[in-house]
Amino acid sequence: MIAFLAKRAGLSLVTLWLLSVLAFAGAQVLPGNIGRAMLGPFADERAVELLNHEMGTDRPVLVQYGDWISRFAVGDMGKSYAYRAPVAPFLVTALINSAKLALVAFLLVVPLGILGGIVAALNAGRPVDRALTVLGLSATIVPEFVSGIILILIFGVWLQWLPISATWPADAGPATQVYHLLLPSIPLVLILFGYIARMTRAGMIEALDSDYTRTAILKGLPRRTVIWRHVLRNALLPTISVIATQTAYLIGGLVIIETLFHYQGIGGLIFTAASKKDFPMLQAGVLTVGAIFTLASLSADLLYALLNPRIRVGGRE
Amino acid sequence: MSVTDPTEANATLAASGADDEARERRDRLRQIFRSGTFLVGLGIVLFWVFCAVFGPMIVPYDPYADDLMNALMPPSAEHWFGTDQLGRDVFSRVIVGARDILTIAPLATLISTILGTALGLAMGYFRGVIDEGISRIVDALLALPTVIVALLALVALGPSSATVVFVIGFTFAPIIARTVRASVLAERELDYVFAAQLRRENAFHIMFVEILPNVLPPILVEATVRLGYAIFAVASLSFIGFGIQPPSPDWGLSISANYGLIGAGYWWTVLFDGSAIATLVVAVNLVADGIQSALDE
Amino acid sequence: MNRPTEIRAAAPDALAIEGLEVDYRVRGRLRRVLRGLDLRVGRGASYGLVGESGCGKSTAAFAAVRYLPRNGIISGGRVMVDGRDLMHLNPLELQKLRANSVSMVYQDPGRALNPAMKIGRQLAEVFEFNGVAAGERFDRSVAMLKSVRIADPLKVMQRYPHQLSGGMQQRVCIAMALANNPALLILDEPTTGLDVTVEAEVLDLIRQLRQDFQTSILFISHNLAVVSKVCDRVGVLYGGTLVEEGSAAELFSNPRHPYTVGLLRCLPERGRRKSDGPLETIRGSLPLPGAIIKGCVFAERCALADTNCREATPPFFDLGRGHFSRCFHHDQPVPRETPTVAAGNPTNRHSTQPALAVANLSKTFNPKGLHPLPVLRQIELALAPGETLGLVGESGSGKTTLARLVLGILEPDEGTKIALDGKPLAPRLAGRSMDDVKALQIIFQNPDSALNRAHSIRRIVGRAIQRLSATPAAEMLAKLRALMQAVRVADRYLSARPRQLSGGMKQRIAIARAFAGDPRIVVCDEPTSALDVSVQAAILNLLVDLQARQQVSYIFISHDLGVVRYLSDRIAVLYLGRLMEVGSADQVFAGPHHPYTEALLSAIPSIDKRDAQRIRLSGEVPSAVNPPSGCVFHTRCPRKIGAICEQQEPPLHKVDDQHAIRCHLPIDQLARLQASPDGAGRVR
Repeated sequence: MIAFLAKRAGLSLVTLWLLSVLAFAGAQVLPGNIGRAMLGPFADERAVELLNHEMGTDRPVLVQYGDWISRFAVGDMGKSYAYRAPVAPFLVTALINSAKLALVAFLLVVPLGILGGIVAALNAGRPVDRALTVLGLSATIVPEFVSGIILILIFGVWLQWLPISATWPADAGPATQVYHLLLPSIPLVLILFGYIARMTRAGMIEALDSDYTRTAILKGLPRRTVIWRHVLRNALLPTISVIATQTAYLIGGLVIIETLFHYQGIGGLIFTAASKKDFPMLQAGVLTVGAIFTLASLSADLLYALLNPRIRVGGRE
Repeated sequence: MSVTDPTEANATLAASGADDEARERRDRLRQIFRSGTFLVGLGIVLFWVFCAVFGPMIVPYDPYADDLMNALMPPSAEHWFGTDQLGRDVFSRVIVGARDILTIAPLATLISTILGTALGLAMGYFRGVIDEGISRIVDALLALPTVIVALLALVALGPSSATVVFVIGFTFAPIIARTVRASVLAERELDYVFAAQLRRENAFHIMFVEILPNVLPPILVEATVRLGYAIFAVASLSFIGFGIQPPSPDWGLSISANYGLIGAGYWWTVLFDGSAIATLVVAVNLVADGIQSALDE
Repeated sequence: MNRPTEIRAAAPDALAIEGLEVDYRVRGRLRRVLRGLDLRVGRGASYGLVGESGCGKSTAAFAAVRYLPRNGIISGGRVMVDGRDLMHLNPLELQKLRANSVSMVYQDPGRALNPAMKIGRQLAEVFEFNGVAAGERFDRSVAMLKSVRIADPLKVMQRYPHQLSGGMQQRVCIAMALANNPALLILDEPTTGLDVTVEAEVLDLIRQLRQDFQTSILFISHNLAVVSKVCDRVGVLYGGTLVEEGSAAELFSNPRHPYTVGLLRCLPERGRRKSDGPLETIRGSLPLPGAIIKGCVFAERCALADTNCREATPPFFDLGRGHFSRCFHHDQPVPRETPTVAAGNPTNRHSTQPALAVANLSKTFNPKGLHPLPVLRQIELALAPGETLGLVGESGSGKTTLARLVLGILEPDEGTKIALDGKPLAPRLAGRSMDDVKALQIIFQNPDSALNRAHSIRRIVGRAIQRLSATPAAEMLAKLRALMQAVRVADRYLSARPRQLSGGMKQRIAIARAFAGDPRIVVCDEPTSALDVSVQAAILNLLVDLQARQQVSYIFISHDLGVVRYLSDRIAVLYLGRLMEVGSADQVFAGPHHPYTEALLSAIPSIDKRDAQRIRLSGEVPSAVNPPSGCVFHTRCPRKIGAICEQQEPPLHKVDDQHAIRCHLPIDQLARLQASPDGAGRVR
């Protein structure tokens, strides 16, 4: 098991490294002349050169990469071009805000999604299953800004139950914060519900169709015991990794949702950085998002290994 | 309890020849077309395809024509869906708005399917170093949400429709590659692949002539699902200003231009565009679901 | 049905199935699988239900516990377990019945146990809903494990299923099934997929438990010999209905239905060899489930069938002594259906030059981050032109790896020498000349996997001809037709896809492909083990016929010793990657044999061999990762001498220039031990 985890951790490091190359290439190599990109086509050539020299973007690419990554590793994410200030504090504030939004969404969707999947699987082939499947599929594929707009219209504009803006007053307590985050989190919940419910359903059906469930039923165990003891345990194992990988989609969704609701999170930060061609900010944001995803899937593997006796205790002696 | 097909469970059964095969295909098709959700989905997709192709000929107003005198008019007999800030007819814009997204998204899907299939075949067939290497890159790409990868590329290359096609095509390719790879890995263990190697067929022949026809069904399902997500992604990118560019009547773009007004009650400027996106993606997904369940049977 | 009711004890039958009809709904159509099945399992009786694939035997088993797949529909008849009609039970009563009166054990024990729960918990669970006090459950579980001869029950209780071997897992399943002391125990192919030596142990256990527990048994199998070992009554199922029923002794010695007769005749039993002539076959193929059958289900394939048979459904004729046959012609002898092809092959076994010579063949897998896995070690073999070498061994013996090494799909370890007609052969396929590639071909075990399901038969065989033979384009079609004729498949199937053909037909196509380039050596990797018995004989005849005509050599891999004996001129026995014995087929079967060969021979269930002298192996094949020291067989050897077996690997002793045995025991002593009636005893 230790070997398994070591291997997974090693692979994660490789992924992280590739991500850093990707982020660097996207934000610093592909745009070509950074100074020109920032100052626009009509700026004076000398001003562009000066800016490039000031930012260090006139050095060889590999030197720039080495410099950037070695400083990044110790927490120095460079200076924002747009704000002329270190990136890190912006990033931390944004991360905290995004974490709040993601947490509200997750707390709502995980139990709902698992429950939906279980109910669908137990009624496989019946109308309840069909309805849940079609609804889940539909909810998953509608872009967040579309469902967000419709929700704003209904709950924010017409019924006026929930605030349109996700930004709460400065002195707001946790309850008020959650109240402001409800509307933005619902589109995320819709998206994730379909995923989680579908994966749970698939896991459940596989477990229900398995020989060991048949054994349990033919032992004469009550249905409730069969489900709780034999089916759920094996069915929910794959769901765990699904939930973890969905964090990436969640963060992708945050770009849109935070823009729509004018919320200062990591998604909003990446979007603003992209719009303003604030490359250090963009790089840092992208790499952070990738790192969060990689960590999430690594911890999912860890959890999977812990819960799965085949990995936890080795093979036959 | 699983569903058992006594004919398929037993490989050793006699068969009565080609009519059996034809009947089975008919049964399958009938099964698909009996599914209500599939039919609804197909109907909606065809409707939007029709709008994309013939929209400009049938709409009552020029979707690009400003009419500032009649700006922000609520829905009426004259303007069924009302008018936007510049007085353009929302109904005409929604109908014609299908055109760009239904060009870009299918093209992107096509690129990603072709690229993903080739990558997946190579990864699954060669395994080893090639698989490991590509897998790492795929993992890294998949660690970033599509919208963020697209954003990064679009910032670097500058927004344009062609860039959107390629960016989405390339970001979806690894996802399709993963599906194809899994199917190919299973397929490659089958003895017909060994038999081909024992005839000294080259890798290209084995991958594309022997294996590919057998992994087409999952590729078809995945491509249809990806089409839905491509529409999702194009609409989202347009909404944040990095996708389809003005003055296109694109739905995401229109929402982006008008959603600031909904607080003031001008709901018609966004609701119809939003519904158009929602119906299209849901319909594509229902079609994918129909194909999937027919293949699973 | 006009079967007289027998007078029975007051207690109801353990199982009574009356006129059972079951359909499956597939893509909106109903397919009939069981057509009026009647059978009774009396108290304490052991009933064997035999049939080939698709005959509905497993459907019958699952109907008996009312656990059909979701699309299964019981359209008629009754199922009574312990006197209660299953169709009239509510869910709670059904659950009670399963908890108390009926249990089931099926194929693939590894999947029947919950992978996330320890054995002890899964076993104790049976008692939990059976009214046993919490405090007693543990002790009762331990006692159950002891009763299925598990040596260290306390340790096994703490294990997860994946930590146990297949044989152990099946013991645990049997223990769970018997824990509630059921009135009826259903065993559905319980030993299929286990190695022969393990199968023999499990069958012994089942017979032993019958005496200990007095449970009634419904034993379902495709293997006539296995059934003959365990059951006292046997029913033969064909096309969803019983065609013959009787006591095991009576049915096997005096079968009275043409199908049973045919099944028994087409087995290569009684030491039959290919030189004795071709095997008998049953014409045609099995009926499709859901086929609309008028008259007798077997009429289409029956040599005795007349118009009446095709019109009227025969009743169950009572032949006395509890023997029934559903055949109008039950009193007529069934004519022999021996193919007319001459099968004797003049093999020049002592030709100067072997077609294939393998020396010092070793293969070690080196999985990343894991221990190296030596699967084959220093194998020496030679194969004469036109000769068949049988390769025998259980799982993990390395026989399939050996085949792949010879074919060049895998690369052998350094130092291996393979020679074709005296010329050295490159280790990898890529390094071999096209002539060498053509010379070595293979017939795989499973034709479904071997034929590309996306291609037509024409394309599959045509491509092989194109690549492997120097046939000019103009003669392609003629060559294709000739090949199809050689494997006896009609030309009209050329445009079909593999899935439209029966299993036997598919295997013929695979054989045609293997012979497309006129190979020198064909590896046959269990070519009949995925086929039904009634189809197997025709394929074996075809292989013999092709060999006689083309002087091709076979490396024939099989776990079925009857089949190996029929086909092989020489036999090599492998165990854990070592060559244990090699010799002519007669020598290997007659003995003296290696103790492992001896164990294999006595483990194979056979209809004619009634409790012959038996030796049993305990435990399972050790893992190849950590092979035992000295003689690899010493951990299971019933004739182990002592420390020498653990410390030194024995050399391959020559008995004569053909026959060699790898054992520390001197040949004459082996011969003496194996000849003496108490030879089953351990050597001290």
